[in-house]
Amino acid sequence: MTDLSHIRNFSIIAHIDHGKSTLADRLIEQCGGLESREMQEQVLDSMELERERGITIKAQTVRLNYHARDGQDYILNLIDTPGHVDFSYEVNRSLAACEGSLLVVDASQGVEAQTLANVYQATDNDHEIVPVLNKIDLPAAEPERIREQIEEVIGIDASEAIPISAKTGQGIEEVLEALVHRLPPPAGDGEAPLKALLVDSWYDAYLGVIVLLRIIDGRLAKGMRVRLMGTDSRHLIEQVGVFTPKLTHVEALNPGEIGYFTASIKDVSETRVGDTVTEDRRPTAAALAGFKPAVSVVFCGLFPVDADDYEDLRESLARLKLNDASFQYEMETSPALGFGFRCGFLGLLHMEIVQQRLEREFNLDLITTAPSVIYRVHLRDGEMLEIHNPVDMPDPTQIERIEEPWIKATILVPDDYLGQVLKLCEERRGTQINLTYAGSRAMVEYRLPLNEVVFDFYDRLKSVSRGYASFDYQLADYQPENLVKMSILVNHEPVDALAMIVHASRAEQRGRALCERLKDLIPRQLFAIAIQAAIGGRIIARETVRALRKDVTAKCYGGDVTRKRKLLEKQKAGKKRMRSFGKVEIPQEAFIAALRTGE
Amino acid sequence: MPASKPTDADDRGFAVYVHWPFCLSKCPYCDFNSHVRDRVDQAAWRLALLAQFDHFAGLLSPRRVDSIFFGGGTPSLMPADTVAAVIDRIAGHWPLERSAEITLEANPTSAEAARFRGYSGAGVNRLSLGVQALHDDDLRRLGRGHDVAEALAALEAAAAVFDRLSFDLIYARPGQTPAAWRAELARAIGLARGHLSLYQLTIERGTAFHGTVPPPDADLAAELYEVTQESCEVAGLPAYEISNHAAKGQESRHNLVYWRYGDYLGLGPGAHGRLMLDGQRRALANLRSPEAWLDAVRGGGDGLDGDVPLDIDDRAAEMLMLGLRLRRGLSTAAFAAEVGRPLEQWLDSDRLRRLSDGGLIEIGEGSLRATAAGRQVLDGVLAELLA
Repeated sequence: MTDLSHIRNFSIIAHIDHGKSTLADRLIEQCGGLESREMQEQVLDSMELERERGITIKAQTVRLNYHARDGQDYILNLIDTPGHVDFSYEVNRSLAACEGSLLVVDASQGVEAQTLANVYQATDNDHEIVPVLNKIDLPAAEPERIREQIEEVIGIDASEAIPISAKTGQGIEEVLEALVHRLPPPAGDGEAPLKALLVDSWYDAYLGVIVLLRIIDGRLAKGMRVRLMGTDSRHLIEQVGVFTPKLTHVEALNPGEIGYFTASIKDVSETRVGDTVTEDRRPTAAALAGFKPAVSVVFCGLFPVDADDYEDLRESLARLKLNDASFQYEMETSPALGFGFRCGFLGLLHMEIVQQRLEREFNLDLITTAPSVIYRVHLRDGEMLEIHNPVDMPDPTQIERIEEPWIKATILVPDDYLGQVLKLCEERRGTQINLTYAGSRAMVEYRLPLNEVVFDFYDRLKSVSRGYASFDYQLADYQPENLVKMSILVNHEPVDALAMIVHASRAEQRGRALCERLKDLIPRQLFAIAIQAAIGGRIIARETVRALRKDVTAKCYGGDVTRKRKLLEKQKAGKKRMRSFGKVEIPQEAFIAALRTGE
Repeated sequence: MPASKPTDADDRGFAVYVHWPFCLSKCPYCDFNSHVRDRVDQAAWRLALLAQFDHFAGLLSPRRVDSIFFGGGTPSLMPADTVAAVIDRIAGHWPLERSAEITLEANPTSAEAARFRGYSGAGVNRLSLGVQALHDDDLRRLGRGHDVAEALAALEAAAAVFDRLSFDLIYARPGQTPAAWRAELARAIGLARGHLSLYQLTIERGTAFHGTVPPPDADLAAELYEVTQESCEVAGLPAYEISNHAAKGQESRHNLVYWRYGDYLGLGPGAHGRLMLDGQRRALANLRSPEAWLDAVRGGGDGLDGDVPLDIDDRAAEMLMLGLRLRRGLSTAAFAAEVGRPLEQWLDSDRLRRLSDGGLIEIGEGSLRATAAGRQVLDGVLAELLA
């Protein structure tokens, strides 16, 4: 057993691409956690998507054995954190399990919005923060300027920031030394009843649920019967271990240590993140405060392109949910798109990742409806409904007012692109709160309606700033707004899948854009097709797909009819998913394309 | 309506099609089964056509032949004695209707015009000339081996020899305006002897035009089609089929057999047939390659590439696809006889109503027909009816 003074628990805070995963790789390598033949890039990002996009989605952990310059052996536990705003609740629980953080900043790019939010979370958790300036091997690196920037923008002492290059290995030992000497060791009482924080859990096909936890007090060993205090479930411990990063058995976990246990648990919903693990026959007196459960803020409909894939989609969602308790789904039926699911996500990136995992890992071709947020609809009779699907919107005559969620956004952007960024925020109904400068970079804070942000805001921000702006947000409050449900009508019949809730001032523009797009996507047919955008009974935009004027084969004689018949049969098979609107039938592909092209 | 024994309305006729696959050169728009060869063994080809006829004549029940049609390729490159031999063999096996139509397609070159009398002597009584354009530059672009003057001379020569005469034009040619087409068509109508085939240019896969000449714009194509209908109507040459215009009584009997879904026998490479064999309606297709077909038939084979039975769905679809091309539409009695169920039962009544409410089809006494507006978008109408 290692005494507490020889344990350090830390996490790494960094913006995407600032080198967090590479640094973790170097630390693992330096401490001999993996043979070099086992090393691959981004060891901790085990999901294909994480590697590919250079982001961390799930928290990961690794125990490092470090022989320090003082001649002593230390255990350094790294809990890797996701870097994106959508996963801030995961960041928070990782931070709660540590005493300190490495703040990794790219020495050429500087502080980004996301970094800022995570550092504030870390200071909220009383972390000791060690700034690290990465990529100093690059010609564009300006460690001095970035050091100043850290002090100016974040407001922490960066005088002892460690210059490193995770790529070349330069400065890695200094980082390890700083962890030992600058971070406090954990506190804890080995004799007290077991008290541990459930940091994460995921399902493994062989071992059942693997529970990642940080021991606060007491001792966890194989054969012990534990109780999860929040869910009041009891389990017999089968295996206790640590990550090196491979799963490695140990006899017991002691105060200050981070590790895992398995107990033949079948369902991750029994192992809630933030719960307190204690010994069943000698429980701790007080449970830990735990975390607020993650809440979905962005919603959309997911439908299989091929109706035959519905069952597959249902099973895939269930399997995904096993390891991602933060997203939710329920069945939805759409006349235009068939059977599918209404899904809730932590944010846009989370939504995109779930979609991509479904398409990639489960091989499904999906249609996504326009993302929506939760609206609070106050009815005249005093009732309040929370609505995230335009289909559920009550009749306008019953509505007293609608409130929508607003966020506080922080955007860091080089001066050159500031004008464009401000323009974008204004277009999206934003209100400026603050604008400050750190060198040639501006930090601007805006209040924005979330529903304007879920609608391609990231993409637009990236394009107007040529990728240089970084963005972070937190939910602020709800505010009454002039919101309306806009319907799209084809031959005077509503297309449920295209309905959306929008601000009245933006309805006409969005409606016109959607009608125009549909006009181009719907093939001309035997009869003219009216496409309209409407708010209630009021038409705000209209387009017409003109009827075909000529569509007839010039020559059809005895030799041609076989070929023409086969052509017709092929056409027929290709058009099996049609939706009738009065006299015309519209191929479902047109709606899918309308949803895919975005605004 | 019960499936009853054939009535006059169901007299769909029987025809023999003979395909001559050779051309002097391949036209850049043409996707027919045509081939350019340095030399053709005329004796062998004559014998092979006769052999393939004999093979099928032996399998078929007695017929009355309404029409023989020599198409191609360029059948006006056929020796007249080959044409005579084929006609005689058919007439020797089955009674030829007194009014039987025997058509040959010809290119309007002077060389071919010299053979017109020979064909007439062989028994050909109707000539179909591939004039294609009354515009020298366009004729060149279409890869034709004749100019306007030569075509006009060929027309004159043909008129002196044959009672019945038709010629083809292609419209919606690159750069052609409605006004230019109207003028050209007026001239053509003046030259017409009772029958005109007016085809809109289509760009087919596998032709030289494909990918190099853009297909005509849909709205322009519509306008040109409308000009065509209007001009011919006024001139007493109304369309009796999508692309075919005739004075009363001058319709092509041969092609009417196709459009009414009668039986037809195909001879020569790539020719198709629809035959009732052993109580089953069958779709037959000959080997496309001239050499493969010749070898097969010379070796005592049937020369077929495909021979498939047509089920009720296929037959209903084909009958609608062909019959609705005619201005008169399709006989409901004939449909019931072919398919074994009345048309109204076969088709989806909602779709039928949608199309008739929309003014695209008419259900009349004993017939289903596409209106003028419906014929103009017939492919869409068929897709809807057969969906």
